Amino acid sequence: MKTVFKRTPTLNDTPTHYCPGCGHGIAHRLVAETIDDLDIRGRTIGIAPVGCSVLAYDYLDVDMVEVAHGRAPAVATGMKRTNPDKIIFSYQGDGDLASIGMAEIVHAAHRGEKITVIFINNAVYGMTGGQMAPTTVLNQITATSPRGRQRTDQGYPLQVSELLATLPGAIYIERCALSSPARIRKAKQAVMHAFELQVNDAPGLSLVELLSPCPTYWRMTPAKAIEWIENELIKTFPLGCLKNFES
Amino acid sequence: MCGNEALAEAAIIAGVDAYFGYPITPQNEIPAYMSRRMPEEGRVFVQSESELAAINMVYGASATGKRAMTSSSSPGISLMQEGMSYLAGAELPAVVVNVMRGGPGLGNIAPSQGDYYQSTRGGGHGDYRTIVLAPSGVQEMADCMPLAFDLADEYRMTVLVLADGILGQMMEPVALEKKPRRKLPPKDWALTGIQDREQRIVRSLRLEEGVLEKLNYKLQAKYDKVRENEVLCEQYKVDDADIVVIAFGIAARVVRSAVNKARKEGIKAGWIRPVTLWPFPTEQISRAAEQFRIFLTVEMNCGQMVDDVKLAVAGRVPVLFYGRPGGGILSADEILEKIRQLTFPPKKR
Repeated sequence: MKTVFKRTPTLNDTPTHYCPGCGHGIAHRLVAETIDDLDIRGRTIGIAPVGCSVLAYDYLDVDMVEVAHGRAPAVATGMKRTNPDKIIFSYQGDGDLASIGMAEIVHAAHRGEKITVIFINNAVYGMTGGQMAPTTVLNQITATSPRGRQRTDQGYPLQVSELLATLPGAIYIERCALSSPARIRKAKQAVMHAFELQVNDAPGLSLVELLSPCPTYWRMTPAKAIEWIENELIKTFPLGCLKNFES
Repeated sequence: MCGNEALAEAAIIAGVDAYFGYPITPQNEIPAYMSRRMPEEGRVFVQSESELAAINMVYGASATGKRAMTSSSSPGISLMQEGMSYLAGAELPAVVVNVMRGGPGLGNIAPSQGDYYQSTRGGGHGDYRTIVLAPSGVQEMADCMPLAFDLADEYRMTVLVLADGILGQMMEPVALEKKPRRKLPPKDWALTGIQDREQRIVRSLRLEEGVLEKLNYKLQAKYDKVRENEVLCEQYKVDDADIVVIAFGIAARVVRSAVNKARKEGIKAGWIRPVTLWPFPTEQISRAAEQFRIFLTVEMNCGQMVDDVKLAVAGRVPVLFYGRPGGGILSADEILEKIRQLTFPPKKR
């Protein structure tokens, strides 16, 4: 019998704590596969955020640090500047990166830190119970926008990738979605490229935004959540490469 | 050299790998000096976007086993408290310099000692301590840096150097020399890439039942060890003194002049100067309180360290306070006047 699919070594053989239908498991796998494909496990240090993926170090078998909410890009700066030979990545959700950590991600990009950021956008705060995030789309109902997000009251959803793409220090920005096998394969290529740039010492920050399902706090079945990404989320957050590095 | 520059060069001699900081008066000479000298040494200097970022850059560098520091002044140190709490929870070494200014709020840029409480009580959230060194001259600004880095590495703690605007700005001759390091434990927790070993995780989240409690007891055992071994304190003419004046940092320099003047007038005055504010020299002060005498605590604030003096004295002798807050600078003559008032019968001019 031929093995056509198996666990990648950097992904631990353990059940995750994520809800059924959550996208974190897929995103973890993409990161783990990339680390193994590039054979950089021995020199990679990961940064776990505050949020649902705070325990990412239980699933990814690399050296990892857990940091204060939103501060991962600053911590990554401290690590990369003192260890230029190491591969430093942060894994952050939308509350972490787009709200409380906005200053840190903007300035890390602005300084052109040679780090890789995996940005999970599920348009909601998961761990704290489904509150509105900066990325919550208009009319989306959450624990703190019970009448749906209104532009006059809570403002428009924040498009972080578009914003970061304006900065010269950000050299690669791409938005992908975890909503179909084809899209996941595309996401894998993007994650791979983002890490490769760092391996090749490319002069700046690389970030991949992944639109990821949160059936629990979208109050949907996992299948409906996938549909909602395709039919709604992508309208606000169009997929594609916003910026690429040409050497 | 001014105090800030002496401190910066001493940090370089002590082997600091990375400096991260954000501009704020009256400590701007430190980042300016570091921005020139660190690249010369092939080391890291980053001007961060905020104090929040600076302390987290320190956290990142420290997590990989590097010697890292930041410096700021009171309002900026307030912003760093989140990071210092995480450093404590993750047991990472760090050196943080606070060149204090007047507060609360934006306050002013005049020298102050208003951050004693914040410095000696942990400062951020949770049950933790930082070691606090309080230099009282430019030479000591330099001398405390190798000690600060060694203490940080030995105990995996934040060491806070608590200076003030005068110490940062004043110029005095200073001898800079490389001091031998303490024998330090290996950093077998540092994140260096997994290579051929097991995964390492630096974290402060302990969700499992009872695990956080255990960590806290471990931290407290470490703090007890620090209390036992690392108290530093200077004393002068305490043995025969009727009045013992207690002060730290720049205030202790002024107190020293006042006590010398009092002695010339025949008043039996002495002084005690805590060099470590945490751990506090409780035993030394307690011993001095065994004989009947009056204690006078002098601070450039409205009375903060005086609480620790009272705890040490435990009601055995009177503890009085004299201080000036908000950037008011003490003079030796006003302290001398206070000492005169406390003598019996009161000394008239």
